[in-house]
Amino acid sequence: MEKGIVSILGHRKTKSTVEKAASVIFTCCAVVSIVAVISITGYMFISGTPAIFKVGITEILFSQVWSPTASNPQFGILNIILTSIVGVFLAICIGVPIGILTAVNLAEIANPKVRKIVKSAVELLAGIPSVVYGLLGILIICPLMYQLELLIFANSTTHQFTGGSNLISAILVLTIMILPTLINITETALNTVPDDYRKSSLALGASQIQTIFKVVLPAAKNGIMSAIVLGVGRAIGEAMAILLVAGNSVNVPLPFNSVRFLTTGIVSEMGYAAGLHREVLFTIGLVLFVFIIAINLILTFILKGGNQDGK
Amino acid sequence: MENSIFDKKSRLSDKVLYSLIQLCTLFSVVLLVVIIGYICYRGIPDFSFSYLINTPSIINDTIGILPNIINTLYMIVLTLLIACPIGIGGAIYLNEYATNKKFVSVISFTTEVLAGIPSIIYGLFGMLFFGGVLKLSYSILTGALTLAIMILPIISRNTQVALEAVPKSYREAALGIGATKWYMIRTVLLPSAIPGILTGIILSMGRIIAESAALLFTAGSAHILPVGLFDHLFMSGGTLTIELYLCMSEGNFQEAFVIAFILIIIVLALNFTAKWISKKFDVNKVV
Repeated sequence: MEKGIVSILGHRKTKSTVEKAASVIFTCCAVVSIVAVISITGYMFISGTPAIFKVGITEILFSQVWSPTASNPQFGILNIILTSIVGVFLAICIGVPIGILTAVNLAEIANPKVRKIVKSAVELLAGIPSVVYGLLGILIICPLMYQLELLIFANSTTHQFTGGSNLISAILVLTIMILPTLINITETALNTVPDDYRKSSLALGASQIQTIFKVVLPAAKNGIMSAIVLGVGRAIGEAMAILLVAGNSVNVPLPFNSVRFLTTGIVSEMGYAAGLHREVLFTIGLVLFVFIIAINLILTFILKGGNQDGK
Repeated sequence: MENSIFDKKSRLSDKVLYSLIQLCTLFSVVLLVVIIGYICYRGIPDFSFSYLINTPSIINDTIGILPNIINTLYMIVLTLLIACPIGIGGAIYLNEYATNKKFVSVISFTTEVLAGIPSIIYGLFGMLFFGGVLKLSYSILTGALTLAIMILPIISRNTQVALEAVPKSYREAALGIGATKWYMIRTVLLPSAIPGILTGIILSMGRIIAESAALLFTAGSAHILPVGLFDHLFMSGGTLTIELYLCMSEGNFQEAFVIAFILIIIVLALNFTAKWISKKFDVNKVV
């Protein structure tokens, strides 16, 4: 190309280089999330499996004795796994009715003003740091639980008093923490139900409440299921809020026992653990990770897959 | 007039369910009021500005959270610097460039998995990989890298939603008058998507400030004032939430409530900013 001639083709080469570079860079950015998931999975398995072979998979998963620092250390995490399952299950049992009914109110009944207030309240609840929930749990829920404990076990000689830091307190804190997730996702699901369903039901003479419970909620079943599954994920992964509220000693998950969850087990001992003990803590992390991956697979392949087929 | 359809038959079950619904809604509002009220009630009396500008020192007999505030700021800036380009870039790819449907569904799946992984797992991974393999040990940089992966889904999803909301005619018009793709993205798409992207960034700021489990084993819990701007990146530093956790486990509830009060104020402020931005700068609302 001659100098001095202005041509629209003049910058074509640099332009196409920039274009190509941009598309390559954006592709790389998108790949980061894949790389992250693969490497997290890889590291969780690499760090979590050695202890399984050293201790033995049956002993680690099905033994109830956890005494990692004894001269003859034993690493049974059955109680920890059970606590997480029982705790999350009960938190879901309490949280789901409250969450769904609140979402119903937001999506179907409430007038715009009430809706706005409640929605901002729920948003704020979701934003409050989990440590703050823990702080309030210790100072509000635990003392109440302690009173209850004193009342119930007044004549018991075998009961070990926990000062209120027990399974029930942890479940209550977890319930509060999963409410925003449940409410938000259920409300989105209810909003996607076509308005025709409601109108048809009302035209047939059903009352508003009947319409909600017999038509709208069944129609939004899939969305509500994903809300519950996500709630389970949130509850099982919560660590800092229940760390001090749960009492943190390894016990069978009974209501007034001081218990330890998968997450709190990792947090409370990772600071000083070494050697095999540390490796077992990574195994606990692996168990937690497997739960989370299972939840995600359920969500993607069963709930959302079914939804797409339905359409 | 008996048996008129205008005399609505009132059912007992309807009434019970209706009041239950209202009760549950009331519960979540009351919960928030109680939480904020209690924190203000316990936090405000002990709050003083000397807290904000002092370092904890036994020799000078001062208590304060200035180092933690600085660490939190470091963490926010650094994490966003790492995560924003990647998250926004990934969203642009998914929305504008991607053609292979299978690849897109894989990326969406992994993004969803990243959003679902609990912070304690991020903490373990960050400790092993950034702390161990990359030899950064306990440092603010380790913490920021860990958090960057954690907030990636938030930023990328918000950007994606914002990009989807830009009308197709904008793209066609820009391409039609001869703009190249990158030029179109840079000058048309991104400016119209800015409010959505900003909302995502503010949400991630909230997440960074609230995070504790992922930082405990990556950034550590030190409270030292920075000596150099960049040296501080490689030093251990606890954020406000970590300090709150430490106070709590030591039974120092007085200081814990002051920090909780400050955190709540920050969370409230961020929440309102996010709302204000999405209302004020909603360029697509006019269309």
